[in-house]
Amino acid sequence: MRAISYAKLDTLFAKIAETHGVYLPVEGKKGTDYKRWEQGDVYSTALNSNRSPKDIFFPQSENLMDFKVEGKSIEIVDTRSESEDFVIFGVRACDVKSIEVLDRVFLKEPADSYYENRRSHAVIMSMACTKPAETCFCKTFGIDPAEPMGDIACWVDGEVLYMNANTEKGEALLEKLEGITEEASADAADTAKALITERMAKLPLAALKADAFGAGKTQKYFDHPAWAELSEACLGCGTCTYVCPTCQCYDIKDFNTGHGVKRFRCWDSCMYSDFTQMSAGQPRLTQLERFRQRFMHKLVYYPENNDGMFSCVGCGRCLAKCPIKMNIAKVMKTIGKENDND
Amino acid sequence: MQPYKPLIVAFCCNWCSYAGADLAGNNRLSYPADVKIIRVPCSCRVNPMFILRAFQRGADGVILCGCHPGDCHYTTGNYYTRRRMSLLFSMLDYLGIERERTRVEWVSAAEGAKFAATMNDFAETVAALGENKRLEDLRCKK
Amino acid sequence: MQKINREALIEKAAALLDAGTVDRVLAWKRGEFDYDVTPGLFTTREQMEAELVFGDFCGANMSKYLIKETLKGEGKVLVFLKPCDTYSFNQLLTEHRFDREKVYAVGIPCEGMLSVTAIKAAAGDGISKIDVTEEGVVVETLFDGTKVFGHDEMLAERCRNCKSKRHVAYDELMGEEGEVLDSARFDEVAKIEAMSSEERFAFWQGELSRCIRCNACRDVCPACTCEKCVFGNPDSGIENKAITDSFEEKMFHIIRAFHVAGRCTDCGECSRVCPQQIPLHLLNRKFIKDANNLWGDYQAGEEVGSRAPLVDFDFDDMEPGEAVIKNGGEQ
Repeated sequence: MRAISYAKLDTLFAKIAETHGVYLPVEGKKGTDYKRWEQGDVYSTALNSNRSPKDIFFPQSENLMDFKVEGKSIEIVDTRSESEDFVIFGVRACDVKSIEVLDRVFLKEPADSYYENRRSHAVIMSMACTKPAETCFCKTFGIDPAEPMGDIACWVDGEVLYMNANTEKGEALLEKLEGITEEASADAADTAKALITERMAKLPLAALKADAFGAGKTQKYFDHPAWAELSEACLGCGTCTYVCPTCQCYDIKDFNTGHGVKRFRCWDSCMYSDFTQMSAGQPRLTQLERFRQRFMHKLVYYPENNDGMFSCVGCGRCLAKCPIKMNIAKVMKTIGKENDND
Repeated sequence: MQPYKPLIVAFCCNWCSYAGADLAGNNRLSYPADVKIIRVPCSCRVNPMFILRAFQRGADGVILCGCHPGDCHYTTGNYYTRRRMSLLFSMLDYLGIERERTRVEWVSAAEGAKFAATMNDFAETVAALGENKRLEDLRCKK
Repeated sequence: MQKINREALIEKAAALLDAGTVDRVLAWKRGEFDYDVTPGLFTTREQMEAELVFGDFCGANMSKYLIKETLKGEGKVLVFLKPCDTYSFNQLLTEHRFDREKVYAVGIPCEGMLSVTAIKAAAGDGISKIDVTEEGVVVETLFDGTKVFGHDEMLAERCRNCKSKRHVAYDELMGEEGEVLDSARFDEVAKIEAMSSEERFAFWQGELSRCIRCNACRDVCPACTCEKCVFGNPDSGIENKAITDSFEEKMFHIIRAFHVAGRCTDCGECSRVCPQQIPLHLLNRKFIKDANNLWGDYQAGEEVGSRAPLVDFDFDDMEPGEAVIKNGGEQ
C-alpha cells in the first residue's frame, strides 16, 4: 500500500497528468460532476456525482461516423480516433461495479469498439466512501464500499490518502508514482475501513435484500399485481435511466447537417414511449410495461444473462432524483415482499 | 480575404412581402444576394421553430416580413405574428442572443424600395455583429 | 408547517368515499424517507391510514394526473388541490383536457413546500428524519447529529415567491380562503435582464448545458399535455434524446417555454423536478413578465375559458422591435 498526504493531491494529479488524462469529480455550481483535471481543480468528496462516470466510457451522445455527400457519391468517414490513456480518480465502489456491468454488455463478443477503445485505455482509481447517504444500498448487491474494486483502491484517513493496487494496470501506475508517495503498511487503511463498515450498518436501507430476485424469476414477477400501483404515478421521463450508472440502452440516429449526414448514437430510455419504436409500433404500450421492463431488466433479465449479477449497484441516484420518488428500493420491497413467506 | 458576408434568412409572406421583393427586382433595386427568401403563406405561418432552425442551419440573421397590420390577406394573421415575435425575440435577447440578429418588418406589395432598403440595412447590421456564434450548431458548419 | 394535517385529509376523503360522492382519491403517498412523497391513488380508508401523507414535501401538483384518471371510469375522483394547483386545474379545463364532472376538487391550504435540494445541500448526506416545528426545519442526520434550519431558507423558490394563497377552483374548501399575494417572483428575471448580453449568454449557457434531456420538465408540466410532443417525433428533425450539440438544449428549452407561454401558470414543477437543478421557471417567468408588460396583466388559470395573450391581439400592439427594447431595456 502506498500513501500520500491528502494536502498533496494536486501533486499526485499533476504527476499522473504527465502521462495520462485525469478525470475526477469536481464541485460545480449545482452539485458535482466528473471533469478533466486542470491545475486549480479541487477533488470533490461528494458521495454521488450528478452524472455517473459512465459518461466517460459511454457518453450520452457520440458521433459514430460521417457521410459526405458529393453529387451522387457518398463517402463514409470514420471519425474515430484512438483514445488517450486516462485515469479516473475518486470513483465510488458502486460506480466501479457499474463499469463491470457495462463491460459485460459492451465487451461481450462482438465487442463494441467505441466503448472498448476508451475502456482499454482507462485506469480506475476508486475511492472508499466515508459518509454514505440515506439513499445508499450498495450492500444489497454485495458491494463493499470499504473495499472498492478498480485498478487502484483509495482510502482517506484524516490527512492521508492510501492507495492499493488491485490489478496489474494499477500496479504499473502506482510504480510510476513512487517518487511522490510513501510505503504504508497493509493495514494502514483499516481504521477508515472499520468506520465505513460501521456507518453502512446504520443506513435505513441496510436491511434491503436482493435475494428474492435474480435469474429465473421472470415468470414469478412478470404478472405481479403490484406493478400497476408502483407505476401509476410514473411520468415516463428519462431521469432514472439517465442518472443511472448501469443503464446502457442507446439509439442510433442520423443527423442531416445540410451538407452530409452524421450518424450518432445517444442514450435512450426504456421509460420513453418511443423506445424501440418499430414500423409496427411500440412493443410496450403502457407505462406499466415500460416501468416493469426497467426494473425486471435490472433485477431479473440481466442476472439471467450474466451469471446472476444484478445490474443495479445501489448508488441511490434514482432515489434522489426521481420527480415522483418512485424507485428500485420501493419496487424491491413491494414485489419481493411475498418471498418472505416462501 | 473576401469581406464577411452574413447569411440572412428572410421569411416573406406570399401576399405582400414576397411581392414586394419581386417589385424590388423588377425595379432593379439591389439588395444583398446573401438574403435567402423563404416564401410563407402568411407571416403567421412562421413557427418559432423555423427561426431557430434557420439559425441552426447557419443563418446569421433572420428577418420576418409580412403585410402591414390591417392588410393581412387572412385579415388578422400578422397581428398574431406581432405578438409571438415580440415574445420570441425578447426571449432570445434574454438568453444572450444579440437582439439585432432578429427583426420583423412590414413590407407591402407596393414597397419594393422599402424591401431593398430593409434588406440592405439588416444585412449591414448583421454584418457588423459578425458570425452567429451563440445560436449555431457546430454539426452544420462545413 | 402546514395548517392542515393528514388526519384531516383522511377524514374528509373517507367521508366522501363513504357517501359515494367519489370512488377514488388522488393524494400523496408515503415514501422511503420523510422527504419523498409519491402521488398515488387510494380507494379505502385503511389504505389512506397506512400510506397517505400531507406535509411540507407534498409539492407535487396533482392536476395533470386528472387527465389520465378521469378517463378511467364513470365514478368521480377526489383530488386535493393546493392554491397553486388550482390554477393548473383551471388551465387544463380551459383546454378541455379533462371532464370536470368526473372530479371532486377539495381545496386545501398550503404554507409553502420545502425544497429537498436545499435541505440536502445544507444538511449533507445521511438524513434520517425531517421535522418541521416552531423552531424551524429540524433535520436529524445519521452521522452528524441534529441540525436546525430556518423554515424560510428551506422553502422551495416557488413558495418563497408564492403568487397566490387563493384557490381559484374547488367544490369544497378546507380552511379559509386566501389572498392573491404581491410576490417578488419577477425579481430574478429582472436581475438577468439587467446583465449584459455576454453575461446573459454565459449564464444560460452554464445552466442549459447541464441539461441531460430527460424530459422530466416536460413530462411533469401541467401545460405540456400534447399526446405526441414535437421532440418525440422523429420526423421533426429535432432529436428527442440527443445532446450532441449545445444548440439542441437551447432549442428544446426555448420551444418548450414558448409552447406553454400564455398557458403556463407558473406552478414551478419544472424547476422542482429538474435533476440538474436548472432554473427553468426563469424562462417561463420571462414570458409571463413580458406578456404582462406588453399586453396587461394576465394570469393563466385564474378563470376557466380566459383568452391567453398569444391567442389574442390588439390593433395597436407594440412592434416586436420596440417590444424587445421595452422588455429587455436599452443596451
